[in-house]
Amino acid sequence: METNSQSPEVVLDVDNLTTEFQTPEGLGRAVDGLSFNINKGETLGIVGESGCGKSITALSILRLVPSPPGNIAGGSVRLGNRDLMQISEREMRDVRGNDISMIFQEPMTSLNPVLTLGYQITETLRRHEGLAKHEATARAIEMLALVQIPAPERRVKEFPHQLSGGMRQRAMIAMALSCNPRVLIADEPTTALDVTVQAQVLDLIKDLQERLGTAVILITHDLGVVAETAQRVIVMYAGRKVEEAPVESLFANPQHPYTRGLLASVPRLGATTGAHSSDSRPARLAEISGIVPPLTEIPSGCAFAPRCKQATEKCTAAQPPLEETEHPGHRVACWHTDKVAV
Amino acid sequence: MTSRPSIEVLKKTMRIPQAAFGVVVMVIIVFSAIFAPWITSADPEEMDFDNLLQGFSEEHILGSDQMGRDTLARLLYGARVALMVSLGAVGLGVIIGVPLGLVSVYCRGYIDDIIMRVMDALVVFPSLLIAVGLAAAMGGSLPTVIIAIGIANIPWMARIIRSQGLTIREQDFVAAAEAGGMSHFRIIFKHILPNSIAPVIVQSTLSMGYAVLTEAALGFIGVGIQPPTPTWGNMLLQAYPMLDQQPLLSIVPGLAIFLLVLAFNFVGDALRDVLDPRLKGVIH
Repeated sequence: METNSQSPEVVLDVDNLTTEFQTPEGLGRAVDGLSFNINKGETLGIVGESGCGKSITALSILRLVPSPPGNIAGGSVRLGNRDLMQISEREMRDVRGNDISMIFQEPMTSLNPVLTLGYQITETLRRHEGLAKHEATARAIEMLALVQIPAPERRVKEFPHQLSGGMRQRAMIAMALSCNPRVLIADEPTTALDVTVQAQVLDLIKDLQERLGTAVILITHDLGVVAETAQRVIVMYAGRKVEEAPVESLFANPQHPYTRGLLASVPRLGATTGAHSSDSRPARLAEISGIVPPLTEIPSGCAFAPRCKQATEKCTAAQPPLEETEHPGHRVACWHTDKVAV
Repeated sequence: MTSRPSIEVLKKTMRIPQAAFGVVVMVIIVFSAIFAPWITSADPEEMDFDNLLQGFSEEHILGSDQMGRDTLARLLYGARVALMVSLGAVGLGVIIGVPLGLVSVYCRGYIDDIIMRVMDALVVFPSLLIAVGLAAAMGGSLPTVIIAIGIANIPWMARIIRSQGLTIREQDFVAAAEAGGMSHFRIIFKHILPNSIAPVIVQSTLSMGYAVLTEAALGFIGVGIQPPTPTWGNMLLQAYPMLDQQPLLSIVPGLAIFLLVLAFNFVGDALRDVLDPRLKGVIH
């Protein structure tokens, strides 16, 4: 895709990643032939409803899919010139937390309640950078200061229950960034936080990303967060990529009916039914009817077809390929993109 | 307040009257076992044929048995056996059972299945049966009794830590440790273990009481630690035929067993109240 001469440096290249789960009802594909890449310093948003494979994608990249029942069935994840799917578990442990690190959704449970903050941050540093205890503690204090936690010298000695949710999430970010990873995977990093703290945390991630040149994979179902933070967006549905676009292009010209549905279901302050300018009744929030199909019941054609208003026979018969649209870098997997236009 | 959680738990436990009572009883028994030679000059195995089956007396404060052995001395030295058996047996159960349960939780899948089915098979044998079998095979001695009771403790410890660990395994901080590249060993023992250990501590305390009882039962049926080594169990065995002539001989070890088991149970129950996850938020 990026073929021009000044193509930015690709840090992570995911190709045809497939993750399967053995369920009592049979084998299901949580991630189905997903490909994407991410450049140095870039933020890539991955959006979709619950259960469409976003988090499993993140876990697959780190090879942390619980197995059994999960199993990475195929594909490659290239970090630099190494394929993470081919290296040994021992080598993979050197990658985790060092080259690729991850922050989780729930700041309340993502820190170990019986260990001090300092211990948890230095654990990573000592593991990957072989720092001595006092050096690591100094770095931990530095990191806490970097994520704007006041009085870091005192905080390193404290336990997670002594911190607020926003502070814990900052501490998590400090932990994740302590070894200066090339890629940071943020799985719904702000979902559990209230709105003001959310904005602070997002600003913090953006700021640190610029300073450290980290590539960020931002997994979220919040399109507002994506619009604010990401440069490029992937829309996932039922384990497949249905649309990929630069963020402006996605919001200006959403192509896939699913993307349109997601955008339409974002609540807006002061939205009215708007038929007449005098009509000030609040508008009903648009929704996408139905739910993401269970893993084992993903339809053979376009996975979204059963919920799609534009669906035709062709949609249920064959899976649409991902094709470039008229907008550069904007690709979509839908048989009816032409008809979907507004 | 940045005091360590374990100290908080201790403070909180000691505020419960039964627990305080239990701890006091335990401390007294532990001290009397350790300092037995200083508390009484009598030899627990020395026979005094001039003073058989004494009641409270000057020569024998708590009386003497049918061979004239000093009951107080036998009680104190018997406490050593009781404590060693309870600590040893539960320790054995914890040292083997807890890692098995943790590995089971951490690895999931077929490793979990194999370990837990073996544990299920172990549960089938009651500790008394194992003890009788071992005693028959190896002779009744302190290690035999400890191993017998300890083996019976293993599957319970494994099951208990596994049931707690199952929820901890799914917590984000374990995933975060994995995503941080920590080794399996570190994740199991530094992240999952400390967060799953509470019910094991409770169960261990209760099991120690149970181990004292089992040891006494083994001694009483004659397959435990063999005389002349004094144990509370074989004291009861020897006192039983003398029940009419000198009831004190039965009452003293009986009361000791009762008090120690009660103490373990009180402390165990109090620890359970304090460590119960539903009350966790109340601790500080």
